[in-house]
Amino acid sequence: MAALSHSAARRRRIPWHLVVFLGPSVLLYTAFLVFPLFDSLRLSLFGPGGGGLGVFVGLDNYVTLLTDSDWSPRFWGALQNNVVFFAIHMFVQNPIGLLLAVLLSTRVLRGRAVYRTLIFAPTVLSVVIIGFIWKLILSPLWGVAEGGLKAVGLGDLFGPWLGLQGPALVTIGLMSVWQYVGIPMLLFSAALLAIPDEIIEAARVDGAGPLRIFGRIQLPMIAPTVGIVAILTFVGNFNAFDLVYAVQGGLAGPEFSTDLLGTFFYRTFFGFQLQLGSPTMGATVAGMMFLIILLGVCLYLFGLQRRLTTYEA
Amino acid sequence: MKRRFSAVAATLAILLAACSSANPSTPSAGASQPAASAGGATVNLTIESWRTDDIKIWQDKIIPAFQAKNPNIKVTFAPTKPDEYNGVLNTKLQGGQAGDLITCRPFDASLALFKAGNLASLNDLAGLKNFGDVAKSAWITDDGKDVFCVPMASVIHGFIYNKDAFDKLGVTSNPTTLAEFHALLDKIKADGKYTPLAMGTKEMWESATMGFQNIGPNYWKGEDGRKALIAGTAKFTDQPYVDTWKELASWKPYLPKGYEAIAYADAQQYFASGKAAMYPAGSWDIAYFESKGVKIGFFGPPLPKTGDTCYVSDHTDIALGMNAKTAHAAEAKTFLDWVASDEFAALYSNGLPGFYSLSNNPVKIDDAIAQQAVDLRKTCKSTIRDSYQILSRGTPNLENELWRVTAAVINGTLTPEKAGQEIQTGLDKWYKPAK
Repeated sequence: MAALSHSAARRRRIPWHLVVFLGPSVLLYTAFLVFPLFDSLRLSLFGPGGGGLGVFVGLDNYVTLLTDSDWSPRFWGALQNNVVFFAIHMFVQNPIGLLLAVLLSTRVLRGRAVYRTLIFAPTVLSVVIIGFIWKLILSPLWGVAEGGLKAVGLGDLFGPWLGLQGPALVTIGLMSVWQYVGIPMLLFSAALLAIPDEIIEAARVDGAGPLRIFGRIQLPMIAPTVGIVAILTFVGNFNAFDLVYAVQGGLAGPEFSTDLLGTFFYRTFFGFQLQLGSPTMGATVAGMMFLIILLGVCLYLFGLQRRLTTYEA
Repeated sequence: MKRRFSAVAATLAILLAACSSANPSTPSAGASQPAASAGGATVNLTIESWRTDDIKIWQDKIIPAFQAKNPNIKVTFAPTKPDEYNGVLNTKLQGGQAGDLITCRPFDASLALFKAGNLASLNDLAGLKNFGDVAKSAWITDDGKDVFCVPMASVIHGFIYNKDAFDKLGVTSNPTTLAEFHALLDKIKADGKYTPLAMGTKEMWESATMGFQNIGPNYWKGEDGRKALIAGTAKFTDQPYVDTWKELASWKPYLPKGYEAIAYADAQQYFASGKAAMYPAGSWDIAYFESKGVKIGFFGPPLPKTGDTCYVSDHTDIALGMNAKTAHAAEAKTFLDWVASDEFAALYSNGLPGFYSLSNNPVKIDDAIAQQAVDLRKTCKSTIRDSYQILSRGTPNLENELWRVTAAVINGTLTPEKAGQEIQTGLDKWYKPAK
């Protein structure tokens, strides 16, 4: 009896346990993510001058970024490259990740743990190392790529890809795919493992082949994971910076063909060589990146996620 | 992908740091404080620099020589990667974390630091009398009133060649005109044993610095052409500048295969491994190749026509200034005075062959090749890179644009005429020459 009245009393009081459990993360997120985010958005509304404090210019910086003949080609170019970069990940990395996950979930394959570890290994390496290794592999002077292609009779296909305007971005995209393919693979693997064996066995008894099982049972049941992988890829790609910077440097050459929003932001905010950094324009670029990512995430949350049916196993 | 999330967090954290420092900071705290070493306590000075290659010479020779005379002042040389230096330095200055002594880039980058109150004026530094106007020109306000860095060294452009390769090919004299230069390139290419020119365009700055600024002064008549650009009487679409790009475009067949993806360090190693005959160079490369045991020689940029006056890019490249907010201004000035001395000039020029002291008092250079390069000062007229003074102050940044278009011209994706137009259009957008 005492327990009952006790819990009744508790219901009316402030839920302290919620405060205690949520408090630290709310505090940390507010101090290190939410506040800086809004403060950088505030900064993007200021222009240089005014003795260090800046002058309030409203949306002028955004207008400059989108219309000025210096800024807008760089911005739209970076955005376009970013879309291509994202497309490479969506249409190469994620399908391969899914394929690997399905292969690794089949019981007949031996040494699955070894494959899984090997495929995941590049993900934990530093981007600087990844960039350096690939630069060496693809180097026209001492890389092994040309020799490797020659050995299989495809030597003519080799080119100095990282230095050519067309192939450079695709090459870097594929490097990134190579590095990160382990993440969708693991997420898909986990989702596939969660599908009860009974369902698949029942389907098999009913005469369904592997493809039919994949298309009618596995894929629908991991659909929420597909959505999550897509949105993680989206956010990751539109924040990408490190690989391009490690491989191509801050000017993202040749002719800005590998310039992503991240490298564009870096150059604008910190400056590059003789170009002085502009915190306010940098914040403007960051603000646009924030808006683009926000838009993408909202589209996903309100447009897609609600339509996905989650099958409780 | 987790890494990228943390990258976002890091970006935001940096933004936060930048924002918070936008508040008016306490004006040069400590700069006016009395010297802490008055009582004999040791003071630590830190030097910010982009010369990561020079750590050894600073630690083993320069700093010990200074400390032998000033045991109370301990100096630390703390360089950052060259292409990150400007950004890192600005961030450190805004956060109040920068060292006491700051290595100065020439012209506008340092001028901006001085105007923002980050570099102290050095007008009262006695040692500055050792430097002429040209030496100081890169670290002085436009009105000539304030000098803010002590000039350390200049670098000279030209071509380094592999002596063994020249001997084997039977080359007896260095090319002095472009006709001779091209005849030599063709000869080396026909022989097939060596790549004629070791250079790549991937990092782009080599194309602009070792290409455009190297051979260009002979076309635009050095200082005349450079000053005409600043005065607005010459444009990058004019013949001399376009011809420079045309010449560079003609290098394409002589560069290593896949040069579009060859970076600076790749080209250096390629030449050091003896596979190439010539290397468009800055004098700072001399020390590196000698350390690799390559037998090298040096010749200046070839002339477009026989009998023309020759010009050489003798670029005021590096200087040392004082953080205006340092707590040890007196000690920092003691060090700067020493940097202006003949002792430092001799230590530096000989410790780093290829960096030439800007002091009025001539320094004897022990390295024969470095001496060969600096001898160009005697026969040719000196000039500096045309994009450094005043013209790289606006957006788009002229220097960065020169990197981009020059690499594109050599890659064959941009015509020399188009390159000139793009550069001039960008410059016209913000630069109005003084009437």
